[in-house]
Amino acid sequence: MRGFTDKMAEEKSKYTKRADGRKFDELRKVEAKVGIIPEADGSAMYKSGDTIAIASVFGPRTLHPQHMQNPETGILRVNYDMMSFSVYERKRPGPNRRSQEISKVTEWALAPCVDLSEFPNSVVDVFIEIPQADAGTRVAGINAAAMALAHAGIPMKELASAVAVGKLDKTIVVDLSKEEEDFEEGEGATDIPVCFLSRSKKLSLLQLDGKISTEELNKAIELGKKACEEINKIQTKALKEIKE
Amino acid sequence: MIMSNLQRKRIIEYLKQGKRFDGRKPEEYRKIEIKTGISNKAEGSVSVKFGNTEVYAGIKLEVIKPYPDSLDSGVLTTSSELNPMASPDFEMGPPKIEAIELARIVDRGVRESGFIDFKKLCIKEGEKVWGIYLDIYAVNDSGNLVDVAALAALIALANAKMPVYNEKTERVEHEWTKESLPLNKDAMAFNMTIHRIDGVFIFDPVKEEQEISDFRISIAASLNKGKARISSIQKGKEGTISSEEMEKVLNLVEDKIKEIYPQIIKYSELK
Repeated sequence: MRGFTDKMAEEKSKYTKRADGRKFDELRKVEAKVGIIPEADGSAMYKSGDTIAIASVFGPRTLHPQHMQNPETGILRVNYDMMSFSVYERKRPGPNRRSQEISKVTEWALAPCVDLSEFPNSVVDVFIEIPQADAGTRVAGINAAAMALAHAGIPMKELASAVAVGKLDKTIVVDLSKEEEDFEEGEGATDIPVCFLSRSKKLSLLQLDGKISTEELNKAIELGKKACEEINKIQTKALKEIKE
Repeated sequence: MIMSNLQRKRIIEYLKQGKRFDGRKPEEYRKIEIKTGISNKAEGSVSVKFGNTEVYAGIKLEVIKPYPDSLDSGVLTTSSELNPMASPDFEMGPPKIEAIELARIVDRGVRESGFIDFKKLCIKEGEKVWGIYLDIYAVNDSGNLVDVAALAALIALANAKMPVYNEKTERVEHEWTKESLPLNKDAMAFNMTIHRIDGVFIFDPVKEEQEISDFRISIAASLNKGKARISSIQKGKEGTISSEEMEKVLNLVEDKIKEIYPQIIKYSELK
């Protein structure tokens, strides 16, 4: 995998070296921990570089308001938010348009992993908070939430692992930092958060902001898939370390 | 939270013998753990734990216009979220009365003690002052959130560094000076919430204890020349308190603050 990215970089990309010294396909330093919030049914922390996500899971529990209940299956409900002091410019506490959209795409990313058919009329609530942000908060949130769901003992078909792939000018890299996300030279930065499922190997999250060719996007997705396999190993290891 | 009568009865039986479920004495705190610098984007930030109860607090500073009635003073804004992440009892939506009361109690403890020298936060009288945003997030609620939040607020403030302010662009830069906030560290008011359960006074309740208590009284106090100096009080819940009982509570507070204050000062010096 390194071969083609390095070759692409050689072509004439203005992005030839990562500021933090990583290889183009290298993740930031990752830490994962399960069971950080004792009051929750499941919880986990996922840290990638300077981005930290914590997640807690409650349920299955009866869904209120009642009109949202589905008599055929339980539903998954995700709420993502950033803490006000997680970014340089204070974020006003409470949901905004961005956090609501991310909550929804995270819900779609995680829903295929769980099987809630045994829990009609109920809900599994996932709460994600970002105490410290340095790009890739939604994917860190998904990684933490997937571990928290497993920790809560929710029936799962597979695990979800997510990463932000990017293109900086012409160079494709994984796990963008904030500094990289703000890269403006040449074609600038393209940000592509992806989530891969562990068994079906399918995409459950795909977003893109920037400018990219179809060939480059195909390559970026392949690179993302590899990175997600690596993340899956880290998640699995953290889940096996639960002591309770 | 719903408590069974049996559980209620047992807690009271235990307390009558001076015992608690987790092995503590009535006036004993759970283990306090502190981790500063939980966000490198904040001016100051901390995670504080009493036992399993965990709160994050963070400080952000902005340059704002002063209030018309105090043109030469900085501004403190405290907000708190009882995030549904922290407890099955918390719901989504805008902050409810519990979260508002918590922020108000914390705010008053910080403000009334004179911990912050607001006059020194003035940049240009009538035009520009520093606004301190103190934001509190419950991460895990196993009881006594308010005291954990109040200590987190003090430590986050004590740890905060002033950001660089660019006079030309009138922007706060994404870097920090070595300077701390103008604080009076002798006036850190530590908040103690005491609950009365069937005649017994306890400190640092777990959820079950605070659920069945008759009333609670939150007292923020610092230690001034070896004596407690109280800067804010909030009596909560419907139960009533006699003046004799109040005297007893104040004695407990006097003893507890003497015991715990040196520790609080040490926490405030953590880097």
